[in-house]
Amino acid sequence: MALNRMCIGRVYPVTEPYEVSREKIREYARAIRDQNPAYWDPDAARALGYPDVIAPPSFPMIISLEAERQVVLDPEIGATEQVRFVHREQRFEYNRPIHANDVLTVQVKVANIDAVGDNDVASFESRIEGAGGEHICTARSTFVMFDPSKKNGSAK
Amino acid sequence: MPLNQTFRGRVYPATAPYEVGLEKIREFADALGDKNPVSRDVEAAKAHGHPEVVAPPTFAIVLTMRAEGQVVFDPTLGLDIGRVLHRDQKFRYSRSIRAHDVLTVTVSVDGIDEVGGNDVLTLSSEVRTVEGEHVCTATSTLVSRAAGREPHDD
Amino acid sequence: MTMQLVGRPSYDEVERGLRLAGRVFTVQRKDLIQYGGAACDYNTIHWDDRTAAAIGLPSPIAHGMLTMALALSVVTDWAGDPGAVVDFGGRFPRVVAVPNDGVGVEISVEATVVEKLEPPNVRVSISVMSGGSRVLTMPRTIVALR
Repeated sequence: MALNRMCIGRVYPVTEPYEVSREKIREYARAIRDQNPAYWDPDAARALGYPDVIAPPSFPMIISLEAERQVVLDPEIGATEQVRFVHREQRFEYNRPIHANDVLTVQVKVANIDAVGDNDVASFESRIEGAGGEHICTARSTFVMFDPSKKNGSAK
Repeated sequence: MPLNQTFRGRVYPATAPYEVGLEKIREFADALGDKNPVSRDVEAAKAHGHPEVVAPPTFAIVLTMRAEGQVVFDPTLGLDIGRVLHRDQKFRYSRSIRAHDVLTVTVSVDGIDEVGGNDVLTLSSEVRTVEGEHVCTATSTLVSRAAGREPHDD
Repeated sequence: MTMQLVGRPSYDEVERGLRLAGRVFTVQRKDLIQYGGAACDYNTIHWDDRTAAAIGLPSPIAHGMLTMALALSVVTDWAGDPGAVVDFGGRFPRVVAVPNDGVGVEISVEATVVEKLEPPNVRVSISVMSGGSRVLTMPRTIVALR
């Protein structure tokens, strides 16, 4: 069953606030093996002009991916429970870096639904805001939605 | 190889402060399938008399296991990590760990004993706020199996 | 807020065509587990052999964002201040299968300043190869220099 093209343009409710913590930034930096002091040392980050440690540029995937996954729970979009997201494209545009103690929300829009072979391809535009509605970042993502229950589904 | 007995009684300096994140508590609760709202929602936590979201009871391990790495991964200890079993873990809490707590861990090597051919390492980790308030003491027992012994031999 | 741009390269001194110091990263299955936990991305395609097999893959695959984060570190290392990277993204033309063999796979990253934009911005192009194929193209990484 194909994803419902009528959902293109649909905007989903703003997510619950996410508190960015120093330790999560450090955990993420450790996982990507990046020792840049701006992620680890609040004094180094302040010397660069930031209020606290900043997050690596790909950090907001943590919340944008989760917000985008919620879209498949929309019964009108027509996704099955077994659908697997395979990442095709991702972009982030920043107005300023995310830093520790930011409280972030995400609002997801379905930018497009297309097809490649047997599989649907969904594109999202996610607006990430800080306290007071400050627009910090926009994430644009595209996923191939593999449905293993379909015949001939192949990731290659 | 027997463990280095000079480690017995060592007390390590307090670790660098760790700020407990609200989202880390939620992640940990998710990983356990723990749906208790006091670990997710500050209003629910306050309704139960807590000032903040509280971490599930085993959350201290997130701090204490890393802190105990100071001992466990010290090559001069002589511990073969491939032969180690985590046999026992206790937590004694003065109060729950809360979101936004800033905590340090002080690790002590309480015991290095030989039991039935295996080395038994007992560590205790005292978790305090940076102001010195005791939050939790975690005690871990690690067994390093002698060559030729399997876990079910103990 | 006035930002001190200590450490960023100077826009005037950077020339189009400048090649940044490339890097080769080794990625093993354990790295996918660690990244999955850190990124809260538990998609089974990154650790479960059955999921991989069900969609025709030889093994679980690296998160595209892990590859992108590793690649981007070549640019943030050059820029000094990671906040200098203001706009970036890319496509994942091929998956990176990571067998659980204790050896893993190599991912090699090269980056070049391809265009000087309105000061202080430059455009860097990042190319990521693994197993002889391009696994990530990031033609448009915008970096604000000093």
